[in-house]
Order: sequence, then structure tokens, then C-alpha cells
Amino acid sequence: MKAKIIITPKKAVLDPQGKTVQTALAQMGYTGVTAVHVGKYLEIELAPGTDKAAAELALNDAAHKFLSNPVIEDYRLEIE
Amino acid sequence: MRFAVLQFPASNCDQDAVHALRVLGHSADFVWHKDTSLGAADAVIVPGGFSYGDYLRCGAIARFSPVMQSVRQFADDGGLVLGVCNGFQVLTEAGLLPGALIRNRDLQFHCEHIFLKTANRETAFTNRIPADKLLRVPIAHGEGCYFADEETLAKLQSNRQILWQYCDASGELTDAANPNGALLNIAGICNERGNVAGLMPHPERACEPLLGSDDGRLIFESLFAALEARATPKAA
Repeated sequence: MKAKIIITPKKAVLDPQGKTVQTALAQMGYTGVTAVHVGKYLEIELAPGTDKAAAELALNDAAHKFLSNPVIEDYRLEIE
Repeated sequence: MRFAVLQFPASNCDQDAVHALRVLGHSADFVWHKDTSLGAADAVIVPGGFSYGDYLRCGAIARFSPVMQSVRQFADDGGLVLGVCNGFQVLTEAGLLPGALIRNRDLQFHCEHIFLKTANRETAFTNRIPADKLLRVPIAHGEGCYFADEETLAKLQSNRQILWQYCDASGELTDAANPNGALLNIAGICNERGNVAGLMPHPERACEPLLGSDDGRLIFESLFAALEARATPKAA
């Protein structure tokens, strides 16, 4: 069982990495890119037989408290 | 006065802070991050560095250290806490100060001397800074761009919680004098109660003329004066 947490900078937060990557893409000739947001991807392996609902609750708590900073970041949790 | 200077794995300004405090005639002790007691400290310094390798986010892991529970209690009891650089990041991650510190807007690590304008001279951290005195102190950070939402910024302004702002040599808060893209040129703030403060620049590296500037003393001398003026609660 695996959980995936995708963390992205909030829209209102300056994202110089995203801007730099966007500029580089344009310079390389990749057109049509209107924005790039650079974030983080965490893959969390869970013990077999873990209760999905309980894991979701616990990981949302961890993501809010520790894995992301709600002041500057949003996150999305997926469990498969 | 007795100062507790915290030590996390990869703190690297802890020695500088202790040295500066001792040079200024006060007593300073290291407190290991796994300790839960701050001893008989009158004030706490959360020093600069790269605690836990800056993994995940700067200060994100350090803030869960056992010692930080004691720092939170100390702050709740009204004790004075100053975070420098990574210490500022730790205090924002811990929620003891509002906002967050993000990547410098140019993605570069900045290591240079800058000028600071003091925006509020009536706090425990600024009371000895003369009017119109600009502080020339060093910065050394890659993630010092202060960010907070508009509501928080408005609150910081109305409560006079902005303590220091980056300025040019004539005291103007220009964009060119802003080394990291911090909103409102913010270099340092305090909490609403005024007993917890953090700043990205390093006053502890500017306490002796030999180091090129001793303007940083004014921040520590403000702290000493504040401690003398109040009956500071002792840490448990």
C-alpha cells in the first residue's frame, strides 16, 4: 500500500523556481507554457493491510502539521 | 543575565551567539535539542545554521525537537526568545511567529553586509537602537524571503510587529536594497505580545569592530535592558 503526497506552492506565493524553469522551457523552444509550479512529491509506503480510511486521516494530519506548511503550500493526498 | 543558546544538528551560529553574548559580558550556555530544560535561562537564542540539513523545509524538523516544547512554554510564560536566520525559520515553522521564509527570489545564496532600518524602537529587541540609526549587519541565507498573506501583513503593520526592514545606505526601503524579495522588505518581526522575535540577518556576527561592524550589539543591548527592566520568568 502506497500513499502519495504532492505539495505545491500556493498561488499567491512567489515561486522563483517555477518562473526560472518556465523561462528555460521558453528559451529551449517549448512554446505554449503559461506557468510552471515546482513542488515536492512524497511517496510513503504503508504496511500491508493498513486501513485506508485510518491512513488517510493520519496522513492528512501529518501533511497539515508537518509535511507541508499551510502558510505557503497546498497538498494533495492519494492512497492506492 | 543568563542566555540559553539552542543547538540542533547542523546549527552553525551557536558558537558565534555564545561568543557574542560572553564578549558583551553575559553568561550563555548551550542547550542540546534533546534536552527538555532550559536551565535558569533569562532568555533564549535560537541560532542560525542548517538544522537537520534543511530537509523538507528549513526549520520544519527542528521545531519538533524536545527542546522546542520548552521554548514554547517559555514563550507562553512571557520569556524573551530571539531567533536568528535558521532560528527565525524554526520559530515561524513552530507557529511562534507568523508567516514563512521561502527561497530568495533570485535563487541565490546571499552572503553580504546589508543595512537595516528599525521600524519599531519600543520593543525588547530594539529599545537601545538610536533613532535614525541604520544597522549594518551581515546576512547569509538562501531562504530568507519573508512571506505572509495580506491579512497577516496588515496585522503586522497595525500591531507594529515589523521590527527591521532592508534599506539602502540612506535608509530608503528600496527594491534594490532587498536582498531576497521579502514582502515589505521585512528582515525581522516579533509576535503580537512582543516577547518573541526573529530576523534573517546575523547581529551576533557584528558585535566587535574587528568583524567589520558592531551594530549588532544594539539588538543584544536592547535585550539586556529589557531583561533588567522586567522580572523575567525563569524556565522550569
